[in-house]
Amino acid sequence: MNALLPAQEHRQFTRRLLAVAGLITLLTAILATQVYRLQVLDHDHYATQSAHNTIALLPIAPLRGRILDRHGQILADDRTGFALAITPNKAIHLRETIHRLQQILRINAEDQKRFSRDLSHAHPYQPVFLRRDLRPDELAAFAVQRHQFPGVEIRTQIKRYYPYGSLFAHVLGYVGRLTPAEIREDQMADYAGLDSIGKSGLEAQYEALLKGQPGNQEVEVDARGRTVHSRLHLLARRGTTLHTTLDLAVQQAAGRAMAGRQGAVVALDPQNGDVLAAYSAPAFDPNAFVDSLSIAVWSKLRDDPGTPMTNRFLRGSYPPGSTIKPFVALSALHDKVITADQRLVGGTYYQIPGTKHKYYDWKPGGHGAENLREAIRDSNDVYFYQIAMRLGVTQIGNGLAHFGFGQRSGVDLPGESAGVVPSPDWLRQRYGQTWYQGQTVMMGIGQGYLLSTPLQLARATASIANGGRLVTPHLEQSSDSVTRPLDFSPATVAVIQNAMRDAVTTGTGKLLADDIHTVAGKTGTAQIHHAQRNDSGLVLHNTIQLWQDHALFIAYAPADHPRIAVAVVVEHGGHGGRTAGPVARAVIDAYLDTMTAPEVSP
Amino acid sequence: MNWRIHLLRPLRKLDPALMTGIVILMLISLAVLYSGSQESIRVVLAQLLRFTVGIVVLVIVANTPPERIRAWAPALYAIGIILLAITLVVGKTSLGARRWLGAGPLVFQPSELMKLALPLFLAYYYSQQENVRHWLSTVAGFVHIAIPFLLIAKEPDLGTAAQIGAAGIFMMWLAGARRRWFVGLIILIAVSGPVLWHFLHGYQKERILTFLDPQRDPLGAGYHIIQSMIAVGSGGFWGKGWFNGTQVNLDFLPEAQTDFVFSGFAEEFGLVGVVILISTYLLIVLRGLVIAYESRDSFGRLIAGTLSLTFFLYIFINMGMTTGILPVVGVPLPLISYGGTAMLTFMIGLGILMSVHAHPRTHE
Repeated sequence: MNALLPAQEHRQFTRRLLAVAGLITLLTAILATQVYRLQVLDHDHYATQSAHNTIALLPIAPLRGRILDRHGQILADDRTGFALAITPNKAIHLRETIHRLQQILRINAEDQKRFSRDLSHAHPYQPVFLRRDLRPDELAAFAVQRHQFPGVEIRTQIKRYYPYGSLFAHVLGYVGRLTPAEIREDQMADYAGLDSIGKSGLEAQYEALLKGQPGNQEVEVDARGRTVHSRLHLLARRGTTLHTTLDLAVQQAAGRAMAGRQGAVVALDPQNGDVLAAYSAPAFDPNAFVDSLSIAVWSKLRDDPGTPMTNRFLRGSYPPGSTIKPFVALSALHDKVITADQRLVGGTYYQIPGTKHKYYDWKPGGHGAENLREAIRDSNDVYFYQIAMRLGVTQIGNGLAHFGFGQRSGVDLPGESAGVVPSPDWLRQRYGQTWYQGQTVMMGIGQGYLLSTPLQLARATASIANGGRLVTPHLEQSSDSVTRPLDFSPATVAVIQNAMRDAVTTGTGKLLADDIHTVAGKTGTAQIHHAQRNDSGLVLHNTIQLWQDHALFIAYAPADHPRIAVAVVVEHGGHGGRTAGPVARAVIDAYLDTMTAPEVSP
Repeated sequence: MNWRIHLLRPLRKLDPALMTGIVILMLISLAVLYSGSQESIRVVLAQLLRFTVGIVVLVIVANTPPERIRAWAPALYAIGIILLAITLVVGKTSLGARRWLGAGPLVFQPSELMKLALPLFLAYYYSQQENVRHWLSTVAGFVHIAIPFLLIAKEPDLGTAAQIGAAGIFMMWLAGARRRWFVGLIILIAVSGPVLWHFLHGYQKERILTFLDPQRDPLGAGYHIIQSMIAVGSGGFWGKGWFNGTQVNLDFLPEAQTDFVFSGFAEEFGLVGVVILISTYLLIVLRGLVIAYESRDSFGRLIAGTLSLTFFLYIFINMGMTTGILPVVGVPLPLISYGGTAMLTFMIGLGILMSVHAHPRTHE
């Protein structure tokens, strides 16, 4: 390979430079052709698209449907507030604008974070909220200086509001910030302009009904991004009002009676399954969830040992204790393992024939020989030990299933627990253990693996109150009441009804004897087998209270023509009659008093 | 009036044709940015300041003899390589790529420096080679290109790496490496394309797929291309008029002041404006090639030819991507896009062209 002479080299350079010029010509020609194609040949097509771009359809968010109680009291509503909004393409310099706004308004890091997030999804001519819930003095402070803030304006902001705060927290649920994962692609249009969605409770259950239909307006923007013309295209349609079966007065009575306690109250209309009250204590304020929850509030709720976020009436699983006895008794009568009048020996304890273990009665010394009605009245454990042995685990289970134990009630709320009606098969599958007869004995008094939700207890109570029909609890008023007749003769049910009346007048539930309404009921005490322990096995919250049994009470009234059935669980409440009984009584009184009182004009 | 002569003498080194092109581009840039920024005087003044700084640098470079620039070339190349290596280790991560090096508020991209340092160094190298056609000098050239190419590609900034690599290849072409090398290189790229595909990052594949079919994700990756083509196409023959570009002013088009500034220009000034713009660019590029042709000095003509061709390459890539004939890569439109670093690089490059023109050497 010989080196080129300078002259040759220069000739070669010139040739190569010409090749470069040729390449430039070729690429320029390609470019020119493409520009010509776009700007001349396809101009009409792109001009149309561009014109289409200048007219945007902006969604108008609908108001969410109200939630009312059975008398029309508003339990959840949309309230108008004021928010500071920035229209990105009208503001001169976003960061600077926000910085200057901070001099006159409180705008914290969380506000800014949410603003940047919303900003990334918004059209540049669409106002984005920077600060919500402006106070009147903040409104005034901004109004004075608003001319200094082009592109910043006060806009009305619609916000879900729960006037009774924590009282209906678990039953109504709450709406919270809509996250893209919560809706499907094909639902996007239905949520145009909306930034919240029902997260739990009725708000989630009836989301489709309450949500409403977004409208939209045609917004024409000029070359500066100013709205020159906006035309209503489609009116937003407010969500449907949800009429519930809830009764504000009854719920308030439940809330008051449960103040400072942990547990749950459910009140049903035993004739049709209307849920009159459903309260879980402790509760939380759903209003805090509406505009995304602050981290401080959330960690406080999460770390609260009382677990206020847990819906105890729907998901709390408790051993029903002696409240199970009326249902076991009814099964026993129905299955004819005993007659109503037959007396069984009482005593201090019961022993399974041929074994040594003693199953004691709750009452030292026990009861005498009693028939079924007396045994329910006195909550005679020894009587029910024997009944349980006569029935056997399978028959007890089948009997309890009739009353809805071990199954979801079908109430119109998301996330219901089914409770547990144990069986030897279940025990083997769940824990790999063999069933022994002692567990059958304990099932007779509602202990052991038997678990029920307060809602299930109320439903079962209603089925005795209404003479033997199993109702499906429901919260939406217009939904047809579904009741299933149980296969019990009226006379058989009447025995149980009388026994439950006796329990309140002369038996374990005597605290309710002096009520002006004739109450029938049954106490229950659920033993705590397991104290709460931390990971290293230490008992948490080592107080006497947490070692105490759960107190339960089921009741209905009036005894002759029941209008309300109630189940109450007070965690660590000790004896059922003493703590849970008054709660049931307060709820019953609140309901029956309003029914007899003349209509209060609104 | 001696002071006036002293003050004006440096300006004599400026090339009238190139200066005319620069001034026209500057006016276009200010006009487009003024409209695109919703008539923000601040944006226009900032760009004007950059032009002023750029012109001052250009005058200084134009008055620096090519032999002095040539003497700096190895040092610049070495510094560039070291900075690129440092960037990879300690650079600031932005959008998942380490491209920036900085102390406090001062950040810059070493790859920007490399855009000039590599051509300068190759011109230095080949201008002192006795036999350019020897295979060893060709291999050496490839190695000199490969080092910065790989360092930048690793950042990862494949777009810039490719631009720098292309500039290096242009240089070798003009320097006179044997034609078979280029034929081989083209074949190699064509064959290895499918293999290289597997080494691309997800977003890089996405860009290429989007380029092939913008409609596959019209609101995502394809959005830029679609909105940009709408802007250009809706401009038509005469354009929508200054301030009347809806695509840009209503923010349908992102990055309308930086990489996609051409779309806004084409929308408001139409085919007429585009023809004027391309003509202006061609004026600069062809003048650059003429300077290369006229230069009697091997370093001068190599650097002038390469810089002119590279300048054109940027124009072609930018306009190509905004009109939908090339995939979207982050390349600014020379001297029009808002931003300082790239502008300074272009000004220095043009300054080198003027220096080559103003300092003829006939000592060969």
